[in-house]
Amino acid sequence: MNALPPGDRFEDKADHAREPAGRAPVVEVLSAEKVFQNGARGLAPIDLTIADGEFLTLIGPSGCGKSTLLKLIANLIEPSDGRLLWWRGGQDRVGQDGRRLAFVFQEPTLMPWARADANVRLPLELAGVGKRDAAPRVADALARVGLSAFSRHYPRQLSGGMKMRVSIARALVTEPNLLLMDEPFGALDEFTRNRLDDDLVRLWWERRLTTVFVTHSIYEAVFLSTRIIVMAANPGRIFRTMTIDAAQPRDVGFRDSPQFAAYCRELSAWLAEASLPQRTGGAA
Amino acid sequence: MRPLLQSEAFIRIAAPLGVGIVMVGLWEIGFRLAAVPVYLFPKPSDIVASFMQHGPALLRALLVTLRITLQAFAAAVLLGTLIAFMFVQSRAIEISLFPYAVLLQVTPVVAIAPLIIILVKNTQLSLTICATLVALFPIISNTTLGLRSVDPGLANYFRMNRASRLKTLIKLRIPGALPYFFGGLRISSGLALIGAVVAEFVAGTGGRSSGLAYEILDAGFTLDIPRMFAALFLITLTGVALFAIMVAVSRLALSSWHESEIGAET
Repeated sequence: MNALPPGDRFEDKADHAREPAGRAPVVEVLSAEKVFQNGARGLAPIDLTIADGEFLTLIGPSGCGKSTLLKLIANLIEPSDGRLLWWRGGQDRVGQDGRRLAFVFQEPTLMPWARADANVRLPLELAGVGKRDAAPRVADALARVGLSAFSRHYPRQLSGGMKMRVSIARALVTEPNLLLMDEPFGALDEFTRNRLDDDLVRLWWERRLTTVFVTHSIYEAVFLSTRIIVMAANPGRIFRTMTIDAAQPRDVGFRDSPQFAAYCRELSAWLAEASLPQRTGGAA
Repeated sequence: MRPLLQSEAFIRIAAPLGVGIVMVGLWEIGFRLAAVPVYLFPKPSDIVASFMQHGPALLRALLVTLRITLQAFAAAVLLGTLIAFMFVQSRAIEISLFPYAVLLQVTPVVAIAPLIIILVKNTQLSLTICATLVALFPIISNTTLGLRSVDPGLANYFRMNRASRLKTLIKLRIPGALPYFFGGLRISSGLALIGAVVAEFVAGTGGRSSGLAYEILDAGFTLDIPRMFAALFLITLTGVALFAIMVAVSRLALSSWHESEIGAET
């Protein structure tokens, strides 16, 4: 066996706020910080550029602000200081054609009284799209997550993994240009999670849909991402950045490869470091 | 024979029915042997005979009571739902009006009925108002609770998609409130009948003739105990029928998705 890789073998030393060569930024986080109403510092000023077509994963110990950062990117909350740009513009750019974002929650959050297809149709309906125009798009979204045969099922008739697929179809049906996912598979068993990860990689690869993903799972992060942001707590900040250079599209073969294991080992070591209590003088 | 006897559905119907038949049989035989006078306590056969004799009058009375009950129930559903919608639209409205809804609920209908019967000339209308007052509260409280019990995740999703208040109401709040609403219907339908009968009693003591309650009063005056029992039986039957209809309606509306209406086999 090879010796363990040196500690910084995979570290992306470049400034992660830089503009990636040749690819337009989708989101730019410019010294954005978040102080909560109780005075707690959720996020120290953060600089981050998310490029078109990236699969970016945020990982870190609890309290590191990864969900807060995701909500900032989703425009669900406002930064206390600093600002964010979407497609090089303000928040008024979000929602226009070619600049749509979709969010997938931890829970499937489906309407229990509506069948799978009606659940997927919801965002179109709320946007005023007619039933007839929506039908082929709903069918297509369900097909992409492999649930065509279950379009007339109610959520209670579906397994946890299938419900999550419906939730993803509901996000895909609007043809988003930026997909944000907050620990979407956290509540599922490992087998189901792996299968959904396989599908997610395929969906991402089909359209290079820019994705920001939050997870607790090292394996999931390495398998899915083109870039991983490791965060640390007190205050929430970016600790290190890892670029995963593996052949696309990824499949089960990648999960079994020594390369995958090496990335996981390294990421695991970083996370252990990021979880250490901070040395004196660090926090303000 | 074995499979039928083992069937859950069969036992559910047959067992209580069997108990009923045995009880009625014991009642008939026991009272016949003890020779209890009819004016003290009638036998089942006396009640059936009385029903044959007074059938048309009893059925007419039943129709009167039924009409008051259904009118009151419909009014309670309509008013109660409207009030519930008002309550969830604004916290201020709910805070200022809810105590009065409680006030209406806790005041016994027997106590207000004489007043309403005096104030409203039309007997039918005054009795409907009394029964409505009794049936109203469960609809208000259940529907309000239902409209407020929105899945926070879904509410968040609707907000993120910039759904209007109206769309959120129609697509999210109303479907989510249905199980609570149907629960309210079940309670309210029974209360409408009770309210109607109580109000009829009050009106009947005042000499204004009306439905089944008046039949009971009148039978009491003339010591026609079998007729009293026959009228009582009709009231009970009406209550059971109303409840069964509400259960069926609720099952029809919710069976596809709500846990309360999903059988054990699915």
